[in-house]
Amino acid sequence: MNLRRDVFQAIADPTRRAILLLVSSQSMTAGAIASNFDTARPTVSKHLQILTECELLKQEQNGREMYYHLNPNKLKEIADFIEPFQKMWDDRFKTLENIMKKYQSKK
Amino acid sequence: MERKTKINAEDDKQELLITREFDLPLELLFKAYEDSEIVAQWMGTKVIKLENKKHGGYQFETSDKEGNVLFSANGTIHEFLPNQRITRTFEMENTPFPVQLEYLEFERLTDTTSKLTMHIVYKSVAFRNQVLQLPFAQGINMAHNRLQEIADRLK
Repeated sequence: MNLRRDVFQAIADPTRRAILLLVSSQSMTAGAIASNFDTARPTVSKHLQILTECELLKQEQNGREMYYHLNPNKLKEIADFIEPFQKMWDDRFKTLENIMKKYQSKK
Repeated sequence: MERKTKINAEDDKQELLITREFDLPLELLFKAYEDSEIVAQWMGTKVIKLENKKHGGYQFETSDKEGNVLFSANGTIHEFLPNQRITRTFEMENTPFPVQLEYLEFERLTDTTSKLTMHIVYKSVAFRNQVLQLPFAQGINMAHNRLQEIADRLK
């Protein structure tokens, strides 16, 4: 089951992307991360587990607290510099073009 | 004909050039940026405010099904010349990314085709590279699935 968990699956979920964004600036505990969402705490824990399993997040024990931080090396695997950025804009502009073609034919 | 988005990011420069040609007349391409309902559709985000004028501002917000805000952004419009140019700032709220400056140029190619050039200036080379490496952090990909749905419906 855990073998299915790859980085692409991990970032396909909007809540998990929001979590990655949260910890991109600082290490945070599970509790601190969960406090940013109205979602139930176990749901956030599940997201953290998935992100940790695919190594996008790393855990670090600090005293009694477990902190989560972003693993930039793993991010590089999925973000081959410009390619995802290019694809993101390309997808958006394709949608824009489709919408406006439809808009044009309606007139 | 397949048209592709080109990204030009030179090493050690704190800027970025995005260009795309469209199978759309210039007026329609510009309208996709001017009409808040259409912007909402292709950006996949809620448009809370869009004041298309000098000293105007805009505000985007994306929430999940439970209503959690996943992405919010805003900016100020410095120049708004219909079918020609939009100059604006862009700021992602609740992120470490500083405000960026965006110059959007709209060009007529033929009666039925047009071109968009987006020139984005970042606070530093490091921040530009971070934005490039974290496309989902910019929140745009968050809406990717929804964009796909809209596009599929339009086919």
